Amino acid sequence: MDSPEIVQGIKARFPGSVSVSEPYPEEVCLEVDSGAFKDICLTLHKKLRSPVMMLFAVDERECLKRFTIHAVFINAKKGQWFTVTTAVPRETPSFNALATAIHSAALFEREIREMFGIEPAGNPDIRRLNLHNEVWPEGNYPLRKDFTAVEAGNSAPEYKFDRVEGEGIFEVPVGPVHAGIIGPGHFRFSVAGEPIINLETRLGFTHRGVEKLFEGMPYADASGLAERVSGDSSFAHSLACVRAFEKIFGVSVPARATYLRSIFLELERMYNHINDIGGMAVDVGFSFPAAYASIVKEAILQLNEKLTGNRYLKTTVVTGGIRHDINEIKTKILLGCLDGIRHDFDEAVKILTSSISFMDRVDTTGVLRRKTAEDLGVLGLAGRASGIALDLRSYDTGPYKKAKFKMAVEQSGDVLARLNLRIAEFRESCRLIGFFIDDLPQAKECYTTAAPKAGSGIGYTEGWRGPVLYWIKTDAKGAIERCKVVDPSFHNWQGLSYAVLGNIIPDFPLCNKSFDLSYSGNDL
Amino acid sequence: MLYIFKSRLLKGVVTRQIEPGLRGEVEAAGFQLRALITEKFGRSLHIREVDTGSCGACESEIIAANNPIYDIQRFGINFVASPRHADALLVTGPVSKNMLCALKKTYDAMPEPKFVITAGDCALDGGAFKNSYYVEGAVSKVLPVVLHIPGCPPSPLTIIQTLLAFFESGRPH
Ligand code: SF4
Repeated sequence: MDSPEIVQGIKARFPGSVSVSEPYPEEVCLEVDSGAFKDICLTLHKKLRSPVMMLFAVDERECLKRFTIHAVFINAKKGQWFTVTTAVPRETPSFNALATAIHSAALFEREIREMFGIEPAGNPDIRRLNLHNEVWPEGNYPLRKDFTAVEAGNSAPEYKFDRVEGEGIFEVPVGPVHAGIIGPGHFRFSVAGEPIINLETRLGFTHRGVEKLFEGMPYADASGLAERVSGDSSFAHSLACVRAFEKIFGVSVPARATYLRSIFLELERMYNHINDIGGMAVDVGFSFPAAYASIVKEAILQLNEKLTGNRYLKTTVVTGGIRHDINEIKTKILLGCLDGIRHDFDEAVKILTSSISFMDRVDTTGVLRRKTAEDLGVLGLAGRASGIALDLRSYDTGPYKKAKFKMAVEQSGDVLARLNLRIAEFRESCRLIGFFIDDLPQAKECYTTAAPKAGSGIGYTEGWRGPVLYWIKTDAKGAIERCKVVDPSFHNWQGLSYAVLGNIIPDFPLCNKSFDLSYSGNDL
Repeated sequence: MLYIFKSRLLKGVVTRQIEPGLRGEVEAAGFQLRALITEKFGRSLHIREVDTGSCGACESEIIAANNPIYDIQRFGINFVASPRHADALLVTGPVSKNMLCALKKTYDAMPEPKFVITAGDCALDGGAFKNSYYVEGAVSKVLPVVLHIPGCPPSPLTIIQTLLAFFESGRPH
């Protein structure tokens, strides 16, 4: 269904309680009465078949005497964003929870409650996510504007894990500190014999208050913090962040810069995909291809450094373009390296997939069914492995469109599907980079200067895990009033909990690696 | 399996000279490091890594130091799965409040003698997150840190060279 039709339908059903605006061609904003909020969200969810992409609150008590809640959906056919906004009174901050009807809203509502003290009325699970009960007293809401310091005292109740009970059931708690060199998280398995009956994941261990740190920050500094939200997606995060500013300020980015950005985005995808392919080999104890894969990853990281001066592509992107152009010599280096990388990649993949015992471990392991993935709002690579065809790169009207970007989708939803998808995407990235270099437009300048102004908008990009979303509101000087960050990990961690059901604990690392979700991107 | 045998027999040892010059630098520092580690620790140094809220890039570089290009293991440094097996604790991240307890417990679980190293700007003073309501900031406020590896993130070469400089200076006693 087309966007105008949907908007007309909603207006007719809820006369007088909706006002529509289209601040940007790809964004439709609906301001709705609080009574109609839930129904309108539900309508969009069903009509667009979109999960809740973002759901967050903004503290506007100072000037408008209210909080607002924003729910963001996507029209996957057009690449158009729908934002539904409603006011929440400051005296009795509460809104109708969406979670009972739309599961993908559940975690967002828990976050709104702990960060703002706004009650999602009707949400049955209001346990805190990031502000752990053990260290953070009740009644301190860090994202309220008047929050200054923690008031100690009335300590929070103990965190309650879901429990499976019955004969022969036992629990295996793991973490937060794990055996490998990885981020912290707590996993609690309930098992009967070998198979996992329930997995409850408790995250938040890397919570650093990122969204609060963004507040008040001048726009020019923001991408530096965005790079540090999730280190393996530095480029995707900084790109999504500056794209929000570009939208608000009305900056048009030079074509050459959009090409260069696309090249870097694909390089980031490539080093992470090969890293995960190697990681899956490690997790079944097959170290030879893993070593091969780590050589490929290292080669890409060193290539990144040669092109941008940074192995993780930090400080590369600025609002309005790219900080440093790459010259003739560098494009030659890039193409030369790419050949070697592609060759080694093919070799590593061949070693891996020609091993029958490896294929046996990944085939039909950790299945995430499509229906489950849709209900949970699983996005990006993990979603595509379960048949959800959504890749934000396909809405691009610039380089990706010209290169005829081809989205890869798998149906089976198991570890093998996620592996195959990575292999396909890696090859597609190689092809894209080759095209981008061939087609690279000539230009003297690689950025346009921005003239800051007040406004709000969504910046997005398809990082290697999936959609990285930034909703930013600026003041007249371009400083941030509110920044909501959503890394695809936030949607996808729940997917992992369902994918492992019925599998045995020794396969958990493998399932986990096949998703490879970010702790820091989730916890913020 | 057959494919591996066949290709190995035909191709022999695969060497990748990704960055000429880098190998020289890594090995120059690495083999000195190895001599010092043999002298000080008998044979090898065992390190346990803990992430207290890092963005993940520091971990990525520590893992890279273990890849076949740098191969820090050949210089006598092993990353171990349990604090019980460790001589040193390597901490990254700005110490999120949620990780404070786990960090202390990990340190307590290590046998004496032991020492603490930090890696990355976050661990030094909170880095980009130092003004946050939810971080403790410097790891040295919590544990006795004897060495910091600078960078955001520190590259594998920096990790090797910083460790070398530290042991060369005669520490830890
Ligand atoms: S020092 Fe830099 S790279 Fe390391 S965890 Fe902190 S932000 Fe990430």
